Amino acid sequence: MRSSFLKWSLLVGAVAALPLASWAQQTPYDFESRMGMESHIGKITGHAKDAKADYRRYCVSCHGELGDGNGESFPWVDPKPRDFQLGVFKCRSTPTGTLPLDEDLFDTIARGLDRSNMPQWSTFTKQERADLVAWVKHFSPRWVNEKPGTPIQIPPEPEVTAERIKAGRDVFARVQCWKCHGVEGKANGPSAATLTDDLGRSIAAFNFTEGARPKCGSTDRDLYRIFMTGLDGTPMPSFADNIKPDEAWDLVFYLKALEPQKSKEKALAKQLGLKPVDPNAPPPAAPQ
Amino acid sequence: MKNQWKHAFSVILSIVVLVYCAALILGREVSAAGEGKITGTVKLDGTAPHMKGIDMSKDPYCVKAHASDPAHLEQVIVGANGGLQNVVLYISDGLTGSALTEVPAAEPVFDQKNCVYTPHVLALDVNQKFKVTTSDQTAHNIHPNPNPMTGNIPWNQSQPPGAPPIEKSWKAPEFIEVKCNIHPWMHGWHVVVKGGPYATTDGSGNYTINNVPPGNYTVTAWQEAYGTQTQKVTVAAGKPGTADFTFKAK
Repeated sequence: MRSSFLKWSLLVGAVAALPLASWAQQTPYDFESRMGMESHIGKITGHAKDAKADYRRYCVSCHGELGDGNGESFPWVDPKPRDFQLGVFKCRSTPTGTLPLDEDLFDTIARGLDRSNMPQWSTFTKQERADLVAWVKHFSPRWVNEKPGTPIQIPPEPEVTAERIKAGRDVFARVQCWKCHGVEGKANGPSAATLTDDLGRSIAAFNFTEGARPKCGSTDRDLYRIFMTGLDGTPMPSFADNIKPDEAWDLVFYLKALEPQKSKEKALAKQLGLKPVDPNAPPPAAPQ
Repeated sequence: MKNQWKHAFSVILSIVVLVYCAALILGREVSAAGEGKITGTVKLDGTAPHMKGIDMSKDPYCVKAHASDPAHLEQVIVGANGGLQNVVLYISDGLTGSALTEVPAAEPVFDQKNCVYTPHVLALDVNQKFKVTTSDQTAHNIHPNPNPMTGNIPWNQSQPPGAPPIEKSWKAPEFIEVKCNIHPWMHGWHVVVKGGPYATTDGSGNYTINNVPPGNYTVTAWQEAYGTQTQKVTVAAGKPGTADFTFKAK
């Protein structure tokens, strides 16, 4: 009697466990092979395995167990978290279509992403951040198969002048930044309303007039880097082929003149009486 | 005297053998390089779906470019006798050796013209170089969106008026969607296939895949709205294989 009860309960248990087994198969955690992933930030070496606890405690609710951005908080988060498995990142110092440097990911964790649910994680030590960079990398096989891109060269920042701001306005008109960002930088250009990210979700162009911080940093060098590398995964393309390094600084100065913050650029633009670009005028020719 | 004859005979024999061998080797190369082909027609069975007109009013340049020739979506383009245009045909199985590994030297062009992609569908071999150009006096951003897990990495580059061509290639077979975020109606395809010989149907649905060595193959036809179909085809020396396909209208 007793043994038959045991037999039945075993059988029922096995049948009940079947769906569990298939569920486990559907969501494999197959990144173990890359648990040795490292990151190198200056003299610091980050180790993926050392970030496991921090990731589970601070990151998993949005970024998810599998790093696919499908954590518990996914439905309430906008913009949506990255899918680390794809290895596609907005904030890079490397050309479009390439992996970022370890330093880029390291900086993003500390900086956070303005106007998103990604806060500034300045509470982590540098070692912890380096470990988390290695952890982020271990989700994608791309970090085994590919090398990060060669970072773009940024020449030293020249002195800002009225001529440079005016020249920056010409670049803004020529490469037609206003198509999305609007002639006054208010993110209301003709194409702004229909922008979508790589996953087909609606996404807004950056509004320069709100005093917000750009997602990939707000220093002059950050601005330079943003339009010369593009923000992969978003509609923002790379302009590296169409804006020369010196002109790029002109554009940075003009963008700063659009911002509401007090700056030398803003004062100079005001002195010049600089008007927004005319979308109906033929675009200025590229300098030879 | 007898010895002399013997000598001459062996010389002639060796020349004959050499020529014969050379003919064999060269003959094989010639047939591998160009003799064989696969031809056929791809048709649509049923009424072609209506291709909606495109509202380009957000960019006056694009509107003007289509003033006399209104633009329509291009998912299904049907020509005379139901021939389907823009179907890519490629050899999905049976290619070996150089026919499989050789990358075509031709460098096709994917142009942005009048705010649409020309051609709408660009077939490519893995690692084959192609150029992206712009003929327009309005800024585009060219944004292919492959799945990075295949080895093809997405990128996004601007092409304002007068921009230089962009030269690229793809690493793995994939049907890749190409978009312009500035002009959301702009939509095209890069069809990356493994193995050099491929073809795209013309306005009447006709195609010819050239440079197919004699052998038994599986040919796949890909249409962006209707997916893929396959057929077995045999190519013999001097006798092209044929494969006609029919997609059902949905």
